[in-house]
This record gives sequence, C-alpha cells and structure tokens, in this order.
Amino acid sequence: MNGTLRFIDEFRDPALAENLFAEIAVTAARIAAGRDRPVTIMEVCGGHTHTIFRYALEARMPETIQFAHGPGCPVCVLPRGRVDDAIAIARHKEVIFTTFGDAMRVPGAQGSLIQARAAGADIRLVYSPLDALALAKANPDREVVFFALGFETTMPSTALTILRAARSNIKNFSLLCHHITIIPTLRALLEQPDFPVDGFIGPGHVAMVIGTRPFQFLPEEFGQPLVVSGFEPLDILQSLLMVLRQIETGKPQVENQYRRVVPEDGNKAAMAAVAEVYETRPECEWRGLGTIAESGVRLAPAWEVYDAEKRFDLTLHQAPDPEGCRCNDVLVGRIRPWDCAAFGTICTPENPLGALMVSSEGACAAYYQYQGMKRAG
Amino acid sequence: MCLGIPGRVSAVLDEANGLVEVEVSGVRRAVDAVCVADPDAPLSALIGTWVLVHVGFAMSRIDEAEAMNTLRLLAEIGELDAEVSAMQGMETRA
Repeated sequence: MNGTLRFIDEFRDPALAENLFAEIAVTAARIAAGRDRPVTIMEVCGGHTHTIFRYALEARMPETIQFAHGPGCPVCVLPRGRVDDAIAIARHKEVIFTTFGDAMRVPGAQGSLIQARAAGADIRLVYSPLDALALAKANPDREVVFFALGFETTMPSTALTILRAARSNIKNFSLLCHHITIIPTLRALLEQPDFPVDGFIGPGHVAMVIGTRPFQFLPEEFGQPLVVSGFEPLDILQSLLMVLRQIETGKPQVENQYRRVVPEDGNKAAMAAVAEVYETRPECEWRGLGTIAESGVRLAPAWEVYDAEKRFDLTLHQAPDPEGCRCNDVLVGRIRPWDCAAFGTICTPENPLGALMVSSEGACAAYYQYQGMKRAG
Repeated sequence: MCLGIPGRVSAVLDEANGLVEVEVSGVRRAVDAVCVADPDAPLSALIGTWVLVHVGFAMSRIDEAEAMNTLRLLAEIGELDAEVSAMQGMETRA
C-alpha cells in the first residue's frame, strides 16, 4: 500500500473517498461472512472499467470484493468478420471509408483497417458521423461510408445523421451499421449457467439515452441489483456501496446514482430518432460472446438506401474468434485475465488476439497497461 | 466514445437544422443540439448552457460544476487531449 495518502489525494474529495472505501469494506465483510467466494460486481461499461483501473479502485478493494469487467466496450466486442466487411467495402476505389479512430487497430481475420489503409484503401478517421456526412457533401463523385459502431450512447448520433442526409438530399453516403444493444446482452449473460455475478454497476451514458426502466428486468427476473453510475471514481465508489447495500438487505432494484445526467425516461428526441431509423437484427455477433439474439440494429427498410450492406451487395463475413481466447470466461468473472494462457504472451495490446486486449477500455488491456504482468502467476 | 466531453454552447449556427457552436477546451465546433433543445424555444435559449457532447451531438445539459468535474476526469484518465484533437479533425488515435 505504498503511497496510500498520495493515492487518496487524487480524489476530488479525499475525505469522502476515504469514508466510501471504509463503508464498502465493512459492508462487503458482512455480506461475505459465510460465503466461499468474494462478492462479484460487474461494471458493464468500458468507461467505468477505465476509471476503475486509472484510480486503482480494484487494487484498493478488500479481498471480499472483486470486479467482473463487463462487455461494454464496443470496440472490444467488434467481431473479426465485421472488420473484414469494413475492409471489403473500404477497398472499393470509389469509397472513402470513415471510422472512429478506436476501430482502426481492431484485428479482423484479414488484418485491421490500419493495415488496409497502408495497403492503399482510402480510410479516414472522423470524430463524428457529421464529419463523414460533410465529406460526402464535399466529394459528390465518391461514396462515403461511415462505420456506425457503439451502444445506445452513439446510436442516436448516426440515426440523426441519416435523417440529416435525407433532409439535405445527400445520396453518396451510407452506414456500415454495427450498433449493438446492451439489454439483450445483459440478459444473455445472466442466462448463462454458473454466472458468478452478484450485482451490477450500470452504464451511465447508455441510461442517459434509454432511461433506467429497461434495466428493471435485472431485479425483477434475475434478483440482481443494478445502480446506474456516473464516471468519476467517487461515483463508482458510491454506486458500488449502493449495490452492496441492496445485496445485504436482499432487496434488489434499479437505482440511479447519476441523476444529474440520467433522467428516468432517458432522452426522448434521441430515442425517437433511433426508433425511426433502425430496426432490431434477428441476431448479432460479438467478439468473445458469440451470437446473441436481437442484440444489434440495422437500418429499417425505409432507410435501406443508406445501408452500405445493400449498396455494396455485401455478403457478411463470418470469422470465429481465434483459438486460445478465454475472453468469455474473463468477461463474466469466471477467471482473471492472467489465468488465460494467451494473456501477455500471444495476446498483447500491440497484437491483440482477444476482444478484451483490443482497446484501453478492455479488461485485459487495462490490466496489462496498469498492472503489467506482475499479477501473473 | 462513451464518456463524451463537456462544452458550452457559444452560438447558433443553423436554427432550422438544429446546429449550434460549442466551445470545448478552447476549441469551437459545430454540434447537433436536437437532443437537448427545447422544442418550444429557439436554439438561442441554449447559449451559455453546458452540454455533454458525444461524437458531435449534445446529449445532455449539465451544470458548470459537473462540466468541470468531467473535464478533470478526462484529463486524469488521459482522454482529454485525444478527444479535443479528434474534434479538431486531427488524427491522433491510430
């Protein structure tokens, strides 16, 4: 515990942090008495994972608590076949393929977008789908495709961009859509046998869009507590304590620690745009989790003209996860990253094999970056 | 991608299309304000308001204290510079 004081000083309100840590330890000890395993709490969102590692929250936890770092990093769970689809489209010589920078390094079965760009494809990083649309307007003789990634947080942005394209009559623009939804995915996780999670820290910015009600099935059907949380370390500590108190009292419910940003009903304008532009896919593939029913969206028939899959007559690539990956076991907290033989050997942030090593929000990459290999073995 | 970045609405760019200018850490850029606009008020009502911007879209109105805390968080986790550079159209992440 070298430098505890200095560590605590990193918090915006060190005294509050100290109190929360103490209260968490006491509550977890009461819950853990008589149990043969630690209380396991899953943070769903990759942003939370990042904060947990940056502030070493996990390292500061008593042994009675462990985190399971959930599936909420959209770049991490992008399957290999989808990267191959993106590259296939980007190789068309009339195409300007646009993407968020995070997706550039994700390995497909046939390399990454960054490698495709080096090989001559016109692939450009953009900050916003609006920038991709502006590129389309400025280059009427080219086809601009935007790689639409992310959970419910970014889904409204691409839906609104399609509505804007239609209003502006911009026709040389389309989406390669791989938006994914967290609710069916949480359900799929909970339906796994031997799922060792006792409660959830819920994704704050997904809830900002969809509200808190869609999470009600966790307490109602699975007896699981969920607390929608903000992203500051103090938010996460407070949310963790709220989850623990629910576990202790045996009254699971959905609580909202992030009221300052998350309305119970979400954002109606954002949801209306999503409902207008998208429809649920029968199934969607996830790196590390396999295929999950109704866990993604595609453009609704009325907007098919903006669907790159249709425009380029794409046959979707299927590429199974590489051999030796145990991302699924890490995701649900069955094993820790360093229990996977690939971790730090054939799977590193420079050459990621599995989902969780792909982005800094992935659990394995975070362990690798912040704790190195010191916990291995 | 999921954290967003706080900025303050500084001007209305296109009332009919819901576009405002937002200042984020000294950088100004066009932001879609449809999700935070009051349908019964002109966009100019947003000027001076802090908003949380996700990939070019204002998704939530926040107060100044929240904005400051979030900017501090982004700086501490090493995301602030990357986010601001990306907003300016600079390639920093790959």
